[in-house]
Amino acid sequence: MDQQIVNAIFTGSIYALFAVGYTLVFGILDILNLAHSAVFMFGAALTYSLVVNHGQSFWIACVLGIIASAALGLVIEYVCLRPLRRRQAPPIAALISTIGLALVIVAAVEQGKQGGLFAWLWVDGANSVAFPRGTIPNPIWHVGDLTLEATKVVIIPISIALMLVLGYVMRYTQVGRGLRAVAENPRAARLMGLDVDRMIALTLVISSALGGLAGILFGVALGDISPYIGRDYVEVRGLAVIVLGGMGSIPGAVLGGYLLGLIEMLALVTLGSGARGGVAFAALFLMLVLRPQGLFGTRLRERI
Amino acid sequence: MDQFISLLTDPVAFWNSHTLLIGQIGINGIIATSMFLVLYSGQLSLAAPGFMAIGAYVSVLMGNYWHTPGVLNTVTAALLAGVVGLLVGLPVLRLRGVFLAIATIGFVEALRLGVILNVPITGEGLGLSNTLSADPLGGINVIIVSLIVIVIVVWRLTKGRLGNAWAAIRQDELAALSQGINVARYKMIAFVISALMAGYAGALEAHLFFNVDPSDAQYGVTRAVQILTFAVLGGSGFVLGPIVGALIITLLPYIFGAAGDYINVLAGIFLIVVIVFRPQGIVGRGGLALVRPAWWPGSRVRAASTG
Repeated sequence: MDQQIVNAIFTGSIYALFAVGYTLVFGILDILNLAHSAVFMFGAALTYSLVVNHGQSFWIACVLGIIASAALGLVIEYVCLRPLRRRQAPPIAALISTIGLALVIVAAVEQGKQGGLFAWLWVDGANSVAFPRGTIPNPIWHVGDLTLEATKVVIIPISIALMLVLGYVMRYTQVGRGLRAVAENPRAARLMGLDVDRMIALTLVISSALGGLAGILFGVALGDISPYIGRDYVEVRGLAVIVLGGMGSIPGAVLGGYLLGLIEMLALVTLGSGARGGVAFAALFLMLVLRPQGLFGTRLRERI
Repeated sequence: MDQFISLLTDPVAFWNSHTLLIGQIGINGIIATSMFLVLYSGQLSLAAPGFMAIGAYVSVLMGNYWHTPGVLNTVTAALLAGVVGLLVGLPVLRLRGVFLAIATIGFVEALRLGVILNVPITGEGLGLSNTLSADPLGGINVIIVSLIVIVIVVWRLTKGRLGNAWAAIRQDELAALSQGINVARYKMIAFVISALMAGYAGALEAHLFFNVDPSDAQYGVTRAVQILTFAVLGGSGFVLGPIVGALIITLLPYIFGAAGDYINVLAGIFLIVVIVFRPQGIVGRGGLALVRPAWWPGSRVRAASTG
């Protein structure tokens, strides 16, 4: 049971890190960035590929993976979101364009086979792989009857530190004030002399860097990297997390992530593995019906 | 594209050799119309795969266990999907925009992962086989006729009193409320009709393919997103828009067949390009409107936007 709780905290940290990026974009743009789970997968896949295909050390691969994920955030902004803003399209159109990009990213990684166009990006097609032994330092500690792997333990301080930094930036810095101004009212922010487009691009970069990092941590800790980890593990769970915490709220997303980790663990222990997925969605459904503003949200936005 | 050449040279042979594809297009068309109806009334509901699952499982289970005629099974399944739609709609329809979308996704996945995959009678992960042989409802004629009837009915609905109320709610819910429109009731009507249609389409689909497969691509989020894509890509201002979307999306693997392994890369790029250049959808102002004669129905309808 203790081990289960520790595992729930690990998964919760990954959910939280993933959902923070998700909720950041929703809070500022009122748009669900459905390519976020593809970015999560891309970060993990690229890091794996750099280590295995290109023989880089793990740390360099991590840094490059995060930078590439951030760059993917710029792609989302310039290809999927900015042209639609220029045309004053309904927000629902951005759902479809980001789905399109997610499809492209996943399909590209899927085709990363020897001799394929995307072989540099990935090595094993649609299969699931893990980092080869010895490429990542992974000491294992035993505390009482708990088994703690460094790759999993390290997720917790990284997640919490990053979320504190993000919270500080949003609340106390000039950039954070700018981002919040755009979230409040883009038109007024523009009239106050803010470069709204740049702020939005920055939002996507931060969000995607966090998403890519979450993917890398997931791949390292769980030893399961495939083109489908985004879709299978975090796409809809990320929605559940940001709904539990309140859409657009960063502290809410953090606590929602841990809460979902715990709920799933409890479902696993009490109801068995079959019910695990269903419970998360039942919680999501009930939360929206009973308290749509989430645990920590204060107001409801009504635009899509 | 090669397989479509026979459409021009030998339409009868084309029809006979592509019945499954044509049936799938027809079913997707019905689901797209069901999506159109909720979008037309200003609700971003993604619950359709859940209702399809109910329709499919109920009709197949009835046929397998009680050996009742297919017509009865299908009608019962559709009605039951409508009843579930009513029950789900009661708590959920207070939500708007993306909150409604997420809540309905919660419903769809809780139904699939929580119920269907855990109840022995549904065959759990393996799904069910439709044991009826030579099923009269498996034919594509029924599907095509249903699609045409449903499109005409929905089109008439959007032109009538109901349609006016829906359009008013879509454009400004508060204004509609202040005009004395019973917003909750009209939203519920649209939601339940759309659930009926989705349940019917699900039952037809189970009869077409002779099996029910509880995968994500069939009754999960992936399907929900695909259905939303039908409506948004096709254009949600006029009833034929989502059907055009369904036609294009269903045919994408064939259109980009030459790309081989890279089909999905091209399909994704295609989606982005279409939506970026025509955010209101393919059918809508400036799109098919340019080639549409003035007497054609819906010439004056604007592209729908929810919220």
